[in-house]
Formats: sequence, structure tokens, C-alpha cells
Amino acid sequence: MSEILLQGGRVLDPGSKRDGPGDVLIRDGKIAAGKPSKDAVVVKVDGLVVTPGLIDPHVHLREPGQSAKETIATGTAAAVAGGFTSVIAMPNTSPVADGPNTIAWMRQRAKETGVAHVFATGAISLGQKGEALAPIGALRQAGVVAITDDGHCIQSAELMRRALEYAKMFDLPVLDHCEDKSLSAGGVMNEGKWSRILGLPGWPGIAEEVIVARNALLAELTGARVVCQHLSSAGSVRILREARARGVRIDGEASPHHLCLTEELVEGYDTNFKMNPPLRTAADVKAVREAVADGTIRFLATDHAPHCSYEKEVEFDEAPFGVVGLETALGVYLTELVHGQRMALADVVSKMTNLPSDYFGLGRGTLNEGAPADVTVIDLERKWTVRKEEFRSKSRNTPFEGRELKGRAVFTIVGGEVRHDLDGRAPKK
Amino acid sequence: MSAVWHQKDLLSLRELSVDELNQVLATAKVFKEILGRPIKKVPSLQGRTVVNLFVEPSTRTKISFELAAVRLSADVVSLDKDSSSLRKGETLSDTAKNLEALQAGVIVIRHRSAGAAHFLSRRLKASVINAGDGAHEHPTQGLLDTFTIQERLGKLEGVRVLIVGDIIHSRVARSNLWALTKLGAKVTLVGPPTLLPKEFAELGVKVAYDLDQELEQADVINLLRIQHERMVQARLPSVGEYAGLFGLNLDRFKRCKPGVLLMHPGPVHRGVEIASELADGAQSVILDQVTNGLAVRMAVLYLVSGGRGLGES
Repeated sequence: MSEILLQGGRVLDPGSKRDGPGDVLIRDGKIAAGKPSKDAVVVKVDGLVVTPGLIDPHVHLREPGQSAKETIATGTAAAVAGGFTSVIAMPNTSPVADGPNTIAWMRQRAKETGVAHVFATGAISLGQKGEALAPIGALRQAGVVAITDDGHCIQSAELMRRALEYAKMFDLPVLDHCEDKSLSAGGVMNEGKWSRILGLPGWPGIAEEVIVARNALLAELTGARVVCQHLSSAGSVRILREARARGVRIDGEASPHHLCLTEELVEGYDTNFKMNPPLRTAADVKAVREAVADGTIRFLATDHAPHCSYEKEVEFDEAPFGVVGLETALGVYLTELVHGQRMALADVVSKMTNLPSDYFGLGRGTLNEGAPADVTVIDLERKWTVRKEEFRSKSRNTPFEGRELKGRAVFTIVGGEVRHDLDGRAPKK
Repeated sequence: MSAVWHQKDLLSLRELSVDELNQVLATAKVFKEILGRPIKKVPSLQGRTVVNLFVEPSTRTKISFELAAVRLSADVVSLDKDSSSLRKGETLSDTAKNLEALQAGVIVIRHRSAGAAHFLSRRLKASVINAGDGAHEHPTQGLLDTFTIQERLGKLEGVRVLIVGDIIHSRVARSNLWALTKLGAKVTLVGPPTLLPKEFAELGVKVAYDLDQELEQADVINLLRIQHERMVQARLPSVGEYAGLFGLNLDRFKRCKPGVLLMHPGPVHRGVEIASELADGAQSVILDQVTNGLAVRMAVLYLVSGGRGLGES
């Protein structure tokens, strides 16, 4: 029997409406009740916030096939360092996770090498080509928690409709990277004043909004659950809000960079500010923040997208899209949303715990007795500076380098095992 | 005017101050005078190496830079994509490191990607001159156009300049609008909305869609090249329709001011952007632009290499 007692913190478990001083006892990998034994490892967490382990519903772990960028081992190490105990991995690996064998391999690999829980998604279409449906039933049996062609929005409205109809049969969520390719074609940054100044092809907000509108209509038609990923524009937010008000089962994600960074950062052609969808205007950032705060956008999602330095150190239009996010996300959320007086801490934590767990059926995201012992301890007041050299991720492509953040995960427990201990709180065994 | 130039590079005109722009123009004026002498060569860059790295094909800009460097007595090496390792998949970053190792003093880069000159400048101790990066800027073209206007009209303040055509893809338009507006000219961009997005109005210029309404006030009309291959799809119904709406034909010319200057960065599509007679006519300064390009590029090579004093007056 192994026991850990997190003693003296503020216990914040939004799913069970718990928020107050208390201890959390972990016994044999589960949250436990009652008194600790005399052998329990006591970890003092005075002045810190103890929450259910954080969940990131949108990461790229790059394995199989792109292990120069990231592996399940390094990606989950980055996750726990950032306070995340569970991640949902996108299927744009090599090969694409469009069949049960790849899913089975990935889940096995995660079991062997991961230090956080990894939940799989499968592709919507074979090879993420947007032409023919992937074996969605078989993917579900193999354990995927959602299907998505992330990075490759399905352009055919007809195929998207059939995918939603089919997924509805299993009530499996469908996640969509909203991008009308005919409108975004060649675009590498937001279309607007700065793309005109810099002479870079624009990726306009309308290319996202057209697909969000399509998805809202198809979600209404089919009754399927749809998540519009990493929303970036004020127009998308408005469409999402209107659809939800009508009771459509459509949701959205917001990513850390879209909550605080804007298009003019591209001025120096630094490819660490190149992501898809691109950074937009201050008005878009404001709209995304408001939608996160009022619940229109249900999820906070990093879209952690590691790339090798040599891949990013090229001409701006040639560089791959994407930035890493797992190790900076919590700090950004806390700085921008909580310390920025836009949201209560409990609401931010809820978006990273019970809300994604309930939506995707992960069976965690709570500190109730018997729940898996995934726990994150947060120092709300900790000021720190982002230094990419300190990342546990294999990649360094962050747009937050040198940024001062307030709030950080200092202690992370996954399934009862201490996986991150920034200040050396746990007694050495 | 005192010497204010302290830039290692010339990457964009947007990033230059009014004083810096004026210093380039004044320096170019001195070099233009030298070009009129029987012996056109000066020893300013003797012993220095200028590398022309033309990753995107170009004829006139490359020749102009080569000649400018030769006139300054520099050693000149020109590379294009086919004769460099870029062809073999070498990255621009590695090419840059190799040029650094060869101790090139000035790199002149032409590249299809916006920001390529910035990319090099951050990685090199050598001076970098942007000879055109994608749709971003073509600073020496903007300078030579500005120089030509100032030379012909004797001023820039209050001069009304129309820039007509494919603005969205034009690095020439971008460099022109920064130099001209900083120096007090009034710039109007004209073209169809598909080639002239409304956000340009946020950059201190007027955006207009009807050439006929703008003609009569113009002191200068700069007609940009229309790239047929790229345009005639979703952005333009046909080249003929473009010529009808935005081409400078003889009827339109009759309504222009008598002393209007007609400019074109070349190569000209006669009968599309401008009537053939007008391109060769008395108001055309198209060949002056080419000559002035040499003087401007000498000035830029001289200044980024640390030259001082020539532009003082």
C-alpha cells in the first residue's frame, strides 16, 4: 500500500463544487477518504491550490513517425511539467491514425513510455485526405475518444455530413480544424493590415467562419457533437454563440496564443509566431477571451505542435505551422484569465478538468473518492519567465519565449505517481 | 545634411527614417554625377566583396547591382538558384553561414519569400541589401522611383502620385508608398479590389478604384506590371478587361496634367498597363528609372559599407 497526503492546500475541485482548505489523500493510485496511515508520504502544500489533474484535449505527440519533433515520452514529460495529467492526441501522425492498428500501437506505446495518460483520436477520413470515411466504428472499438482530421479540414460538406451522421451512431465527438482551403489558400498569417505591410499571403478569418457556420448547420441537422478547434476569430465566436443559443450541440476550443497574442508579432518574420489558424487582431483576441469567460467556448486546448528547430528556421512562408504549448499554457491561462480579472479560478480549472473529462468520457477530472489519483498542485502567485532551453519537450518553437507569467504547476501526480516536483517537495525515497 | 546612416542593412523602406531616406537620395545624386563623367569608376569599395544572391530570377535588378558594385571597385560574385546549393536542397540558413564563412562584406538578396532579407540579416554580420523579397518590399526600386520624381519635379512634398495595378502582389508598390509618404508626397493606389485590398487605406495612402476620377490631379502615374499567368483566375476576368479599366491609353493621357511623369518598373506590357506610344513618349521616365537605379544602388552599397560624407551638401 502506498499513500501520499497532500497537506494544507486549498482544494479546488470544480466538478464537485469543492473549494476550501483541506488535505487530499491518495492511496494505491486512487483518491481516498479517511485517515492516512503512519507510512503515508506527506507533502506540504500550504499556500498552493490542489486541483484534479489538468486535461489538454488537443496535442500533437508526433509518434509514430515524427519522433525528431516529439515522442510520447517527451510530449507527456512536457505535459506533466505543465500540470497536465491527461492529453488527447491528434491523429496526424505518420502513418495517420486512421485504423485500429495504429491506435492500438499508439496506446501500447503510451502505456510503456508515457508519464501522463494519453487518449487517442482517430482520423475522420482515410489518410486525412477528406475523400472517404475512415473505419470509425473500428476506431471507436480501438478506444478513440473522438475523431478528427485536425490540420486538414474536411472540405466536402457532404463528407462532413456523413461523418457526423455516422459518428452520431456512437455519440462520438467530431473535432474539426475549421479552414475553408479555397479561402485560406497559401495564407501564412492573418489577412489584414499586417499581411499587407509584410507582403505575406493572408489567411482570413472568413475562411474559419465559413466552416464554423457549416459545422453549426450540420451539427443541427445531424444531432452529432462537434467541436470547432482552436477558434481564432470574432466572427467564429459569434456564429458559435448563436448556434449554442439554439441548442445545437456545437462547442469550441481556445488556445493560449489566441488568448493573448496578435498579428503584428509576425513583423520580424519569426516563425515561432506562425500557427494555424494564425494570430489575429486585438478585437479577435478580446472576442475569444469573452467567449471563454462566458462559456461559449467550453475548452482550453494548447494545440501543442512541436517542430524541430531546423524545420522552423526557414523562410516564413516555407515554415511549418504550429507552436508548442504544454509547458506554458497554464501560466498563460492564469496570467491572462485569472490574474487579468476575466474569470474566476474555479471556472478556468473546470475547463481543464471536469468539463473535458465529462465531454470525452475520460472518467477523471475530479478529486472525489475513488477517482484516479491525477492531481495538479498550482502555485497561483509564482512569477516565472519562459525559457525554452528548460522545456522537457523535444522542441523549442514557443511564441512565449522570455515572457513573464504568473502561476505555475509545481507538483503533478499521475495515477498516484509523482511525475513533476518543481521545488523538491516530495521526500526522497 | 549630416551623415545619419547607421544601418548595417537595407531591408525595407518602412523601417527607414526621413533623414536616412534623404541621405540615400543625396548620396545617389553624387553618384549620378560621377556616372556622367568619362571615367565612371570610384575606389570606394576596393577590396570589399559583394555577393549577389538571386534565388529568384531577375535580369535588370541583378545587372544593376552588379554594375553598381563594379563602379565602386568592389569584387562581385553573383549566384542564382541554379548555380548555388539551394538547388540541391540547402537551406537559406546554411547558404548564409557559408557566405559568412567566405567573409562576404555585402549580400544582395532577391528571394521569392517575404522576409528572406530579414532572415539573412539576423544571421549574418555582413550587410544585407534586400533586392526584392516576395510581395514585401523592393527598397532600391522605391528609392530609384522617388529619386526620379525628385529629380524631375524638384520636390516630393505635396506631389500627387498614382500607383496603378496589382498592388497586393507588388513589392514595388509597398516600397514606393513608404518612401513617398514619409517624404511628403500624396499617394493614391488604384486598382480593382481583388488586387487592392482595403487595408492599404490604413497605411497612410488613399485607395481608389476608378482611374478616370484620379487622373487629372496626378503629377506622377506609376503603372505596375500585371502578371498575366497569376492574375487571370479569380482576381481578374481578363487582361483585356484590366487594360480597359486601368490601362493608361491615349484618351486617358489627354486628360492628364501636361507635365505628368509616366513611370513603370518594367518589364512593360505594351498596350496593357500603358499604350506603346506613351511608354516611348516625352512624358515617360521609364529609362531614367533604369539609369537612376544604378546611382541609387551605388549609394546603398556605399552607405551600408560604412561610407560617409558623399551626400553632404
